[in-house]
Amino acid sequence: MATYLEFIQQNEERDGVRFSWNVWPSSRLEATRMVVPLACILTPLKERPDLPPVQYEPVLCSRPTCKAILNPLCQVDYRAKLWACNFCFQRNQFPPAYAGISEVNQPAELMPQFSTVEYVIQRGAQSPLIFLYVVDTCLEEDDLQALRESLQMSLSLLPPDALVGLITFGRMVQVHELSCEGISKSYVFRGTKDLTAKQIQDMLGLTKPAVPVHPARPAQPQEHPSISSRFLQPIHKIDMNLTDLLGELQRDPWPVPQGKRPLRSTGVALSIAVGLLEHYEMLANRAAANGHCVDIYACALDQTGLLEMKCCTNLTGGHMVMGDSFNTSLFKQTFQRIFSKDFNGNFRMAFGATLEVKTSRELKVAGAIGPCVSLNVKGPCVSENELGVGGTSQWKICGLDPTSTLGIYFEVVNQHNAPIPQGGRGAIQFVTHYQHSSTQRRIRVTTIARNWADAQSQLKHIEAAFDQEAAAVLMARLGVFRAESEEGPDVLRWLDRQLIRLCQKFGQYTKEDPSSFRLSDSFSLYPQFMFHLRRSPFLQVFNNSPDESSYYRHHFARQDLTQSLIMIQPILYSYSFHGPPEPVLLDSSSILADRILLMDTFFQIVIYLGETIAQWQKAGYQDMPEYENFKHLLQAPLDDAQEILHARFPMPRYVSTEHGGSQARFLLSKVNPSQTHNNLYAWGQETGAPILTDDVSLQVFMDHLKKLAVSSAC
Amino acid sequence: MNLNQSAPPVPPFGQPQPAYLGHHQSSYGGQPGSTTAPTSYGAYNGPVPGYQQTPPPGVSRAPPSSGAPPASTAQGPCGQTAYGQFGQGDVQNGPSSTVQMQRLPGYQPFGSAILAPVVSQPAVLQPYGPPPTSAQVTAQLAGMQISGAVAPASPPSGLGYGPPTSLASASGSFPNSGLYGSYPQGQAPPLGQPQGHPGAQPPQRSVPLQASSFTPPASGGPRMPSMTGPLLPGQSFGGPPVSQPNHVSSPAPQVLPAGTQMTGPPGPPPPPMHSSQQPGYQLQQNGSYGPTRGPQSNYGSPYPGAAAFGSQPGPPQPLPPKRLDPDAIPSPIQVIEDDRNNRGSEPFVTGVRGQVPPLVTTDFLVKDQGNASPRYIRCTSYNIPCTSDMAKQAQVPLAAVIKPLARLPPEEASPYVVDHGESGPLRCNRCKAYMCPFMQFVEGGRRFQCCFCSCINDVPPQYFQHLDHTGKRVDAYDRPELSLGSYEFLATVDYCKNNKFPSPPAFIFMIDVSYNAIRSGLVRLLCEELKSLLDFLPREGGAEESAVRVGFVTYNKVLHFYNVKSSLAQPQMMVVSDVGDMFVPLLDGFLVNVNESQAVITSLLDQIPEMFADTRETETVFAPVIQAGMEALKAAECAGKLFLFHTSLPIAEAPGKLKNRDDRKLINTDKEKTLFQPQTGAYQTLAKECVAQGCCVDLFLFPNQYVDVATLSVVPQLTGGSVYKYACFQVENDQERFLSDLRRDVQKVVGFDAVMRVRTSTGIRAVDFFGAFYMSNTTDVELAGLDGDKTVTVEFRHDDRLNEESGALLQCALLYTSCAGQRRLRIHNLALNCCTQLADLYRNCETDTLINYMAKFAYRGVLNSPVKTVRDTLITQCAQILACYRKNCASPSSAGQLILPECMKLLPVYLNCVLKSDVLQPGAEVTTDDRAYVRQLVTSMDVAETNVFFYPRLLPLTKSPIENTTEPPAVRASEERLSNGDIYLLENGLNLFLWVGASVQQGVVQSLFGVSSFSQITSGLSVLPVLDNLLSKKVRGLIDSLRAQRSRYMKLIVVKQEDKLETLFKHFLVEDKSLSGGASYVDFLCHMHKEIRQLLS
Repeated sequence: MATYLEFIQQNEERDGVRFSWNVWPSSRLEATRMVVPLACILTPLKERPDLPPVQYEPVLCSRPTCKAILNPLCQVDYRAKLWACNFCFQRNQFPPAYAGISEVNQPAELMPQFSTVEYVIQRGAQSPLIFLYVVDTCLEEDDLQALRESLQMSLSLLPPDALVGLITFGRMVQVHELSCEGISKSYVFRGTKDLTAKQIQDMLGLTKPAVPVHPARPAQPQEHPSISSRFLQPIHKIDMNLTDLLGELQRDPWPVPQGKRPLRSTGVALSIAVGLLEHYEMLANRAAANGHCVDIYACALDQTGLLEMKCCTNLTGGHMVMGDSFNTSLFKQTFQRIFSKDFNGNFRMAFGATLEVKTSRELKVAGAIGPCVSLNVKGPCVSENELGVGGTSQWKICGLDPTSTLGIYFEVVNQHNAPIPQGGRGAIQFVTHYQHSSTQRRIRVTTIARNWADAQSQLKHIEAAFDQEAAAVLMARLGVFRAESEEGPDVLRWLDRQLIRLCQKFGQYTKEDPSSFRLSDSFSLYPQFMFHLRRSPFLQVFNNSPDESSYYRHHFARQDLTQSLIMIQPILYSYSFHGPPEPVLLDSSSILADRILLMDTFFQIVIYLGETIAQWQKAGYQDMPEYENFKHLLQAPLDDAQEILHARFPMPRYVSTEHGGSQARFLLSKVNPSQTHNNLYAWGQETGAPILTDDVSLQVFMDHLKKLAVSSAC
Repeated sequence: MNLNQSAPPVPPFGQPQPAYLGHHQSSYGGQPGSTTAPTSYGAYNGPVPGYQQTPPPGVSRAPPSSGAPPASTAQGPCGQTAYGQFGQGDVQNGPSSTVQMQRLPGYQPFGSAILAPVVSQPAVLQPYGPPPTSAQVTAQLAGMQISGAVAPASPPSGLGYGPPTSLASASGSFPNSGLYGSYPQGQAPPLGQPQGHPGAQPPQRSVPLQASSFTPPASGGPRMPSMTGPLLPGQSFGGPPVSQPNHVSSPAPQVLPAGTQMTGPPGPPPPPMHSSQQPGYQLQQNGSYGPTRGPQSNYGSPYPGAAAFGSQPGPPQPLPPKRLDPDAIPSPIQVIEDDRNNRGSEPFVTGVRGQVPPLVTTDFLVKDQGNASPRYIRCTSYNIPCTSDMAKQAQVPLAAVIKPLARLPPEEASPYVVDHGESGPLRCNRCKAYMCPFMQFVEGGRRFQCCFCSCINDVPPQYFQHLDHTGKRVDAYDRPELSLGSYEFLATVDYCKNNKFPSPPAFIFMIDVSYNAIRSGLVRLLCEELKSLLDFLPREGGAEESAVRVGFVTYNKVLHFYNVKSSLAQPQMMVVSDVGDMFVPLLDGFLVNVNESQAVITSLLDQIPEMFADTRETETVFAPVIQAGMEALKAAECAGKLFLFHTSLPIAEAPGKLKNRDDRKLINTDKEKTLFQPQTGAYQTLAKECVAQGCCVDLFLFPNQYVDVATLSVVPQLTGGSVYKYACFQVENDQERFLSDLRRDVQKVVGFDAVMRVRTSTGIRAVDFFGAFYMSNTTDVELAGLDGDKTVTVEFRHDDRLNEESGALLQCALLYTSCAGQRRLRIHNLALNCCTQLADLYRNCETDTLINYMAKFAYRGVLNSPVKTVRDTLITQCAQILACYRKNCASPSSAGQLILPECMKLLPVYLNCVLKSDVLQPGAEVTTDDRAYVRQLVTSMDVAETNVFFYPRLLPLTKSPIENTTEPPAVRASEERLSNGDIYLLENGLNLFLWVGASVQQGVVQSLFGVSSFSQITSGLSVLPVLDNLLSKKVRGLIDSLRAQRSRYMKLIVVKQEDKLETLFKHFLVEDKSLSGGASYVDFLCHMHKEIRQLLS
């Protein structure tokens, strides 16, 4: 039997799912005593090059309240051509197309290795992708120029049949008509006025006036082929127009009083964009819900109001990018990255997704945390207790990419007095409908099952199946989610209490003896994660602007587990002449004079030259042939950083600094302050750099944790 | 008619002669020693009577003066003679009418001088003044009534028409009392006079008579007419003379003579002129020296009149028994011609207080010597009653018609700009009046006393100057503000909005591109024109290029703004659909310098017609368009003007949306006023905002149907803008008119963001204002824009006693932003006399100005009162004015006589024109929009415009020799004056007709229309073919020059006699009874007389 680590990894590879617990406590009461809720990290569209989509539609359970999709966990009667739903136990007839199935002739969705299957839906018209640019014009000229270039670049990356639209805004909002010859036209809206979608559509002339039907004239082919086509046009048709338009974009001309910021009408611009798209969808007879995804690229030294706008991206699954200027590689490359393509030449993006979660009877779904919005679909598997966005079994994810990740939280509802038979398994099915970037409608179905275990008799099993990384991220998401609505200290206290309770539950210790405290391997890293989480910008708003906090939290709520962990606990590599680069403790003791450090916090890549290295560099040794190895040493972290930069979205801020440099603060603020001005001489080691802070160090934190965990008082 | 009855016809007849003689004699006697003069008058009276009823007063005055100081009278005549001469000269050139006119002017001056004495000798005077007038009128009336009794007598003598016409014309007075008498008088006077006085007279008459009688039949007729035009009255005489002699009782003739006396002097020179025509004239003139000349001229006029008769005979003949003779009643043509002749040649020097300027119809130069030119300010009276009691008694409105930015002829310098430096213009500390020539410097020049409020102010050190021995500053003549009536001050920053010097103004062109506008070709035409027109934006002084920036908007249900920034390769259109909450979508690139953005603008104007060529949008908005323009100016922080080109009733869902509420059934009901009121208050609110921003709106309307001009014109009206209306616009027919108006409107110099304040010396104050502007308080006239065509009429009332010695002062101060963006103050000062005698008031009135005021008053009245009430009020006021004169100034005479003050003898005819104008008495073909349009047009008209608007000019084209290049003398606006063998032009400032008589010579038709016969002339033609012959050139030249005189292009309409269009044309023959029920001049005069009589009794 593979270790749990391997099991977890395998599951993640295959299904994009990691659970906090891989063996589930079989009763509600026990589950609550586990402290960390039963939950999973789900990456719905995890890239699966090895998973070609099947070209037919899924088979659904016929029970109206269930409609689960046929999966490997279902029991199948090949002779009777029946299958039993593993969620509701409804027996279903296979559709005629499955007439030929047998034990040896199984459809993919019944094979155990296809716990995740992707179906392509053939029905229905495929609507083209729509990209609506909403561009701020309250910019400095060079900034605007850079933005212009980026936008034009992006145009060249779009598929030619994609529809594009352009809205610009400053004090006013302009919706540009793209199909006109000669004079360029745009519709302008007052930036201070909130209009309803209907009003907007009226004003854009999108609603057709009620034309009385001429009896003599049978319905003519629509006189305006598609009205909205004035604003949304296939890019191949209006490439030139749009390029010209962008070329002539002017800065917002309205005077800005000294000391004031230009008035921007971002909200109205968005509102109008939505109105415009809504209209399009109506025309296209698409589903009622709007699958608009809003990306925000905010680049300014100023506050841009991301805090206020965050829900636009957070709820629609859009991207949020924050930079100092559009004229930076951070923005330019990030923006370019948006349009990167997968191995099939398709954009790594998907639209208008809905995620549906189905559970077996012992479980209910309590909520989700991620770039989604509730669709408010009640059902038998919806828990009354909410964790994150709950009260529903379906969520809308307007835009997502292969890395978009949600935290899904469950509640075990099985009563203690209704034991689950030995070997019983609980099952969960994730059904994700979405529009693929090739414009296909697809459904990805992932069905997973885990063993139940009695927490009293089989605690060891449960303990061993704990995924502390996933648990840390899931708890962190809960914490960040709480932080949106609660006071920071309350959230910290809650996190601390959870940690202490967990330690009390799973630690091995003698009461009132902190030194006796031990945690098993599967829990050993968890407290450290919590330590760094407490210090992270997701929970600490001090020193961060509201916009920055929003930005950080936005990304934390949508990145996959690995990235999330990096965010919680940055990675530190050390480069020296003593050997190959090695990961080192995120600790002030790692800051040594003869080392080069590379820190990845997800948002920043920091290269830090130790004191000696920096002196050597200043002396120019790297340029001397005889010190070529020094040159290589200097180059190594740069290369590694490049690698990270290439893979990372959004582009991290790249910081190159050295001992004593002002930007060294990026590093110093992250490392565990094991050496501070307080204990500089008390601590045994003379190496490392003291951090001038009153923050507690990991050691102090752990000491306290142990003390509290063993204390019977709490 | 009743009047007639009252007066025993027979007795008058019998008596008349004696009366005449007596009168004449007495009057003469009373007057100057010169008997000749009187006689001549008598002669005049005959012809002139109607006109010169006014003269009587003058005469009466004259007599006294003359009586007392014969010398003076003699002098007077001399002076007059000068005028007279001119007049005569004119007369000769033109028809005789001028002669009569001349007399009048002459009178007034004299009269005023002499007045005092006159009063003392009422008896004597009466004969002169009243008698003639009364005689004339009575004669007419008599003629009418008499028809029964008298008819028999007259017919024989005067060819039927002869008697009545002559009588009528002769008699200013009504027949009532001495209908018959009057008759005789009118006629008799001539006879008697001639006899009594100079032998010359008789000859004249005889000549005319013969001529007249002969002429009708003879071909010579035409020539006569030209002569007669002016003479008309005379004609009547001519006719009647024979019969009249018998009737003539009276003094009436004498009165006329008086008038003539005045003019007499001029006589001599003219004679030579006349000579060519009729030797007889000359002789007469010669015969009558100084004094006689006057009379002669009169004679002359009568005679010509006779000639006219000749021409008219046709129509008049049948009528004679029933009607008064139109020739006998005061003729506007005559008055105008006389004034032209008498006062057109010498500059009007403004130095003397209280001078009555020449009529607006007279071409004259002005020399500013301390009072504002009449081009800037005209008053209803230049002599103001000292007390409000007097003013109330007279009922003569005291009003000034002010045109602060009036254009001046090139010979007259525009106002000097004075810069008082940082401290700004020097003003009175208390009343804030500006430094002007009337300020009194005292204490050696260290202080000055305000001429308005008497406050003593210190003279700032930098402004100090010593006084000369007369108490005048030594530098008075170096400083415009101390020596001129009109000048400008440079304003300091204190006079600017927000304490910031203004930026140059902007013009925004806002073009309706809905279906109608596109289909009619308007948009294409307009865009094409704008391309070149933009090079002619107003510029100041010698500026290289205009400082005015331009912007463009098109609209239908939504608005399209254009970015025409010079850096763009193509213009950009920005659509604003949120018409409910209008805003300006762009700033930079909307208002641009024409030269810099030339290419982009041209491209835009090329594309606009194309872009909307296929539009199917028929709905439009209106208020949001104005709002948008105003907001754009606000955003650009400048004042400016919007040029709106609009086609239809704004029914699209938006603020200011209108309903079609045109309802002709409301006419003549109490609700009629609603047709003139705006439908919604939204436009007033909008206008207020516009005014605050200095946003003037000019509206060009191109309606195919009702557009509710009353509502749409609210904003233009309140912002000092103009409205132009082109009903059923079609490019082929209306393009010239529209383009011409547009060019003028765009090019004209205009001031922005103006505030006008009229200050007066203690005793009177400005209480009411009429015109295109907005007022947020009771004293400041706020004008978002003001151009050289806009007039503000201001009414004054007493609030204290005035002083004869110090007179009354007006100071009109206009603070405005010039089209180059300079803030300035334009000051106009005017000093008026004050009087304690009503006669002085009546002698210094100006009827044209009075009519301007009364029309505006009435046109405003229809907003709040039933039209009938308004009409009655006008009539009553007019009657009161005339009755007061009759009661207090005219010499006692029979109640049956209508006696009009010389200065106001045209009041009835003009007032009648106002009363029957489209606004106050609409014909069936006049639309609600037309009425509203005219109503608001008149509101800002100046005196010259109202004059011709209400009494159109009718010019015979084929009567004078082709070689004669001067403008032909006008004839009276009556069908009777049209001869079917001639062609006439009629214009009223808005319309221009070419009427072609049915029996016009073929040659004329050929040379004018290029077709061989009358029947081939296209009715309704709007352009005359360009033909290379004298007549064609002359007529086209004349049309061009008429158009050049008017602020709006008059579209020509060719009307053929007996054609359908003739109805339209006849509408403008204002002396006739109108189809809509408007009274004929004669009838109205009778009515007026009745009213007066009622007041007197």
